[in-house]
This record gives sequence, C-alpha cells and structure tokens, in this order.
Amino acid sequence: MGEKLLEGVRVVDFTWHLTGPLTTKHLSDLGAEVIIVESRRRPGWARGAPRTSSTDQFCTGKLSITLNTRDPRGLELVKRLIAKSDIVVENFAGGAMKRMGLSYEVLKEIKPDIIMLSSSMQGQTGPYYNHPGSGHKLTALAGFNNILGWPDRQPGWIAAYTDFIAPRYNIIAIMAALEYRRRTGKGQYLDMSQYEASIQFMAPLILDYTVNRRIAGRMGNQCPYAAPHNAYRCQGEDRWCAIAVFTDQEWESFCKTIGNPALAKDPRFATLQARKKNEEELDRLVTEWTIRHSAEEVMNMMQAAGIAAGVVETGEDLLDKDPQYKHRQTFREVEYPGIGKYRSQVGAHFLLSKYPYELKRAPLLGEHNEYVFKGILGIPDDEFDKLVKEGVID
Amino acid sequence: MEEKIEGMLSPYRALDLTDEKGLLCGKILGDLGADVIKIERPGGDPARNIGPFYHDEPHPEKSLFWFALNTSKRGITLNIETADGQEIFKKLVETADFVIESFPPGYMDRLGLGYSALEKINPGVIMVSITPFGQTGPYKDWKTSDIVAWAMGGEMAPYGDPDRPPIHFSHHSQAYLNAGADGAQGALTALYHRWTTGKGQQVDVSIQEAVVQCTEHITAPWDMQKIIQKRGGEGSLRPRLTQLWPCKDGYVSWFFWGGGMSVRTNVPLVKWMESEGMADDFLKNFDWSKFGFGTTQEEIERIEAPTAKFFMSHTKAELFEGALKHGVQLYPVATHADTLDSPQLAARKFWVEVEHPELGTSITYPGAFANASEAPPRISRRAPLIGEHNEEIYEKELGISKEKLLILKQAGVI
Repeated sequence: MGEKLLEGVRVVDFTWHLTGPLTTKHLSDLGAEVIIVESRRRPGWARGAPRTSSTDQFCTGKLSITLNTRDPRGLELVKRLIAKSDIVVENFAGGAMKRMGLSYEVLKEIKPDIIMLSSSMQGQTGPYYNHPGSGHKLTALAGFNNILGWPDRQPGWIAAYTDFIAPRYNIIAIMAALEYRRRTGKGQYLDMSQYEASIQFMAPLILDYTVNRRIAGRMGNQCPYAAPHNAYRCQGEDRWCAIAVFTDQEWESFCKTIGNPALAKDPRFATLQARKKNEEELDRLVTEWTIRHSAEEVMNMMQAAGIAAGVVETGEDLLDKDPQYKHRQTFREVEYPGIGKYRSQVGAHFLLSKYPYELKRAPLLGEHNEYVFKGILGIPDDEFDKLVKEGVID
Repeated sequence: MEEKIEGMLSPYRALDLTDEKGLLCGKILGDLGADVIKIERPGGDPARNIGPFYHDEPHPEKSLFWFALNTSKRGITLNIETADGQEIFKKLVETADFVIESFPPGYMDRLGLGYSALEKINPGVIMVSITPFGQTGPYKDWKTSDIVAWAMGGEMAPYGDPDRPPIHFSHHSQAYLNAGADGAQGALTALYHRWTTGKGQQVDVSIQEAVVQCTEHITAPWDMQKIIQKRGGEGSLRPRLTQLWPCKDGYVSWFFWGGGMSVRTNVPLVKWMESEGMADDFLKNFDWSKFGFGTTQEEIERIEAPTAKFFMSHTKAELFEGALKHGVQLYPVATHADTLDSPQLAARKFWVEVEHPELGTSITYPGAFANASEAPPRISRRAPLIGEHNEEIYEKELGISKEKLLILKQAGVI
C-alpha cells in the first residue's frame, strides 16, 4: 500500500465516549497520526470495564500516551506535542479545556495554524454551555423522540441517535478547515454543538413549524403517500420485513407476487387513496402472506418484483448474514490483545475508487509513550525514565 | 441577493444531480462556500413535490422540504438524457470539482457520463455517488425507501414496543440525510487526496451503510456476546430501565446510568429530589457506586417508582430548568415549538432569516452546523427557483446564444 491519505497529519485527541472518538476515527483510519491523551489514574470511558469491542472499535489506528496533565510538567509536554501537531479534538463538557489551561487562545500561541475542534452538547457559549449531557438525552432535546413511534402511545426510544449525527458534521468541519488552512495558512477554532448539528436533520420540519406553525407528531410506520408501508411480521421468532409500495404499478406487482392478482382491482385497495383509507385491513392481509415466509424470502421476492423491501436486520443479520455488507467489507476484523478478534467499521463512511482502507487495532494504554515522547518530542532516555518514575508519564 | 463572502470551499464548484437521497450533500458544500449548481430536469426536480409546503399549498416552488435542503445552491434545468444535454453537461464538468449524483448504479455510464467518461474530460473531478446499496455487490440494483434503508441499516429492529412492529422515524427520511452528510465527508476527503495525487476519484456512498454507522450499540453486543437487542429491552442481559418518562405536560428523557457513570450522573438527581422532599429512604441510602449490571429488577423498580412520581409533579420546562441548575443529565422530549424557544440557540444566534422575495416574506431556518472562527459556513442564498440561473450559466458563462437556447428549450433539453 502506498502513502496514506492523511499521511503527515498529526492529531492530539482528548476525546472520550462516542462522538469525539468517532470523529478522530475517521482521521486515524485514513492514516493520520491520532494520539489519544490518556491517564492510567483516570482511564477514560473508552478504557472502562468491562472492556468490549464497542469501546475499542472507536480507537482503531490511533496511538495512545498516558500523561498526568494536572502536573505542570505533564501540561508542558502536551503543549510541546500540540506545537508539532495539526489538529486538536476534544469533547468534554463546555469550558473544560479552558480549565485545563488548554483553550484555543493558549493553543494558538503555541501553534498559530492549529485547527481545534470542541464537540459538546450545546456549544461553548450561551447559558447552557457547560451543562453535561449525553446523546441519549440530546436526542430528546433535538426533537427526535417526539417524531418516533405510534400516535396513540408515548414517544419512542432510539438510544443516542444524535451521537452519530454530531461526528458527521465534526468530520466535515475538520476536513473543510484543513482545506482552508492549505489555501490560506490559517488555522481556526471549530465550536461544534451536537444540538445544532442534530437540528440540521430536522430542517424540513423546523420550516413546517416556522412557516405553518405545525408541530410534527408521530405516524408509526405510515407514509402519507404509500401503502402498504410498514414492517410486516414474517415466519420465525420476531422476524420482520419492511415493505414500501408507492405506485400503482408497484401495487400490481405486489399483488401478483403474493399470488393474489385480483386484489389489485379490489375497490378497497385499487387506488392509493383507497389503500390509505383501508390501511389497517391492508396491513392485516399483507401479514397473512408474510407470516408464511421467512423475512429473507419476502425481501427477495419483493425486490425481484421491483418493490422496495428489506429485512429488519438484527445485529446478527448485519454482521453475519447480509451479503451486501460482506461484499463491501463494511465490518472488518481486528484483533486486540486480551479481548481477541472483534469487528469494526471503517471511520470513513464511503468507499473511494482510488484508495483502499486498512484497519489497525486500537492502541494499548500508553503503548506509544516512547514513540511520542522520545521520538516526536526528542526527550532523552534518562529524562523519560524520570518522568515515568515521578508519574508525569503515568 | 448573493454576498461575496469567503467560505472554506469558495474556489470550488459542484454540479448537483441528486434527488431527495442526496440533496443534503450539496447543501453542505454550498453552505461551506462552494458554487453548487443544482441541475434539475426541465420542469423541476420531483423532490419539489415532497411536503411540507409553504402555507400547505402543494406547488413545486413552495416545497419546504426543497427549501430546507437546497440552500446556497444556484439552479439550472437540463435534460441529460438528450445528446445536446449531455454535451452541455460535459462542458460544465470541465470546470467542476465535484459531481454529485444519486441515480441507480450504471445509469450515468449508460448516458456516457459515468466516472470513467468524466475523468477523461477533467482528471481532477470528484464524483460522489449516493445510492441505496452502493455501486457494486449483490444488492446494488435493488430499490430502497426510507423505511427499507432504516430496516436494512439495523436502526429499526430494537426500537418500538414489543407488541407492535419495529418503528422508524415519521416524516422525511433520516437515512437519506445521513447518506448526504457522508457524501459531503467523502467529497472533502477526496479533495484532500487530490492535493497529494493530482487526481479525482469516485466516492461510493451506500445509504444502507450510512444507516449502519449509527448502530455500534447493536452490532457490538452481537459481535462480542451474541446478544440480539430487542424491543422494550427484552433479551438484554441488563436490567430493564425506563428511558422516557411522562411528566405533567409531556415527557422527559432520563435513565439511571450504571457503571462508571453512575455516581456522577445519578447522585445529582437524587439530591435534587431530596431537596424537594421527594426521595424516599431507599433512594437516599442507595449505594450508587454499585449500580450497574448487578442491580436487580426489583431494586430498579424501587428506584424508579419515586422518580416517576417526582417527574409527574413537574412540567417539562420546570424539569429542564432544574436539570440545568442541579447538573442533572435530563432533557425534555422537545417539540419543534420547544426547539424554536431555546434560550441557548437564541444566545448563539443559531436561527437565520432567509429572504424569499417571490413569496414576499422571509423564513426562519436552522443556521450553520459549525461555529467556525474563520470563513464560517452560512446560508448564502435561498433554494433556487426552477431554471433560475439558466441565463446566468448558459448565456453568460457558456456563451450559448439566446437563439440557440430557444431551440434547446423547445427540444426539451433545457
């Protein structure tokens, strides 16, 4: 393999939990030198027990140093490292980096063209800047739970959905800032609010409110201009297939596929409006057929007939059954000492026609202390040993 | 209407051929300052028929869905299925850095406009292709829709009530927005690569794969412990926790976090409840350092019962205010009205007014996705009207004469 895509880009990584590590994973999986600043005294979330693949899969291809940044000598070492870096990423609660003595104003003095990205719940300014939060709850605040679920029941749960929106915009901001720096020589500060990033994904409904004063609610699995449109129970234990029929032609093919071509002309279902009106009855009829087939059979038959359909995939389907993921090598195996083999996705969410990916395992805690402190910073052996002995490099 | 303000991507041009599956990609590049030209079929893109609509009037120039995802783009009409249209498109490719498209795999090749053809015209061009399942593989020619992408991306199976089907988001597609944002990441990554290699390339985004990027908490338990996450928390090894709670006038999102996060997140809530005399002895004396996998369902119930009562005695605004004051990780389940009322978003000047002169009004839009200290992203113009910039681009830039344009228009090319 030739030169790495982000060869020569050095990142100092203060991130933990999910959004931060997913942001820097894009960079490390593309070959940037991402150095996670950790501490043995206070191992971050990504080092919590029990150690599972979900903690380590976000750190693929990264390096790890362990350093006590509360010791002035530790802080000095981090600053020396930043002076030789291109990007700093952190996702503490707002204001934390400032308290550590590592605000953008400080970093800019050390390295004028540094690109610093702070990713927090609600941004670094404003009355709520330092409120600690998590993506689980921000998903609620950004309005997602309110549009998920059944109209006759309470809002639906979708875990920390917005934790996966924020990194997308973080990565876009970093890549754009790198381009801007290449052109102008200027670095910058990127103050990213997960709240503001997530609202981007709400934009059409926000406009519906600001223009029409309509507050979007929950519609279950219905779509105003399609029927059948739902997840349908199939043969087996808790197996489902999603089916979406939009046009009259698709409806006709659908009826043929379920062996009931006459249904297409049944006045209860012959037009979209009729199908919407009698949707409950329609869903019941569809289920009478789907329940007699496996979810995979339903999907394959529908797709062969030109109808959008897909298995409601579980973790097992995603990792071990779906041939499309296998074909694209979406999940790649890496081996981590002590936990064995696990699978991780590549940080870049796309394939490039002229650049193959290579996934490397996450670092051991402090695995790259010698490389970083001796190699990059040029600290002599005896001084390094002293720093280790005195717990600065911990 | 357009102001010339330097953006991070100001020197670059993108041709945007996408439908609703890829519109966000071009919006992001446009908000970052690129010159994005939305190329629509004559008469306008079908995505203009997607609601909601301005004052609920279904009209191709009044789709709020279209408005929201096409800011900072200019617009021309062009039928790339005609030989003349293809010739004009190729001319535009000469000066383009990005071509963004969401046609079925192979469609652009059949028109003679696939990456291998465009590369010959402009070796630096970056083609971003956003498709249901990607450019290759056994499912490449399959159809998708939002619910199908969500199902096959794995974001559906564990969500919803056990007695009903798994659920996906209502309204516009989240799957397509994830894919659109991934397309923008790909465009910028390929741009970076171009500076070292001198060459463009094709960025292959799969919508299914964009969705699966949201599912590590679903894939990892299967990978490591062979656990299938089920609706309503069934099948999980953990005790079942309540995540969304009714309050006086709506719902709030909160759960008792186990393990390393327990003490720092749970104790502040208990203290707050205590300050209002609503924490019972069990809650007050509970050892939060031991809360986690070992906690029994019975203990969870004894913790949750007084908590439910506490939440029911307050409105979501009161609970939000209290959470901020007490450092509790609780947020209300917000409606879009709540979102527009946020003092935080107001203080950060998040909302922007975008002029729509032909509607005789301005509309409040979500602002930038990043607060950047240099060349920040911004909405530079409202979404284009159908063929709004035909003259600007065809006549002024490509030098096509008025007479010729008239012919092309009658031939259904423009």
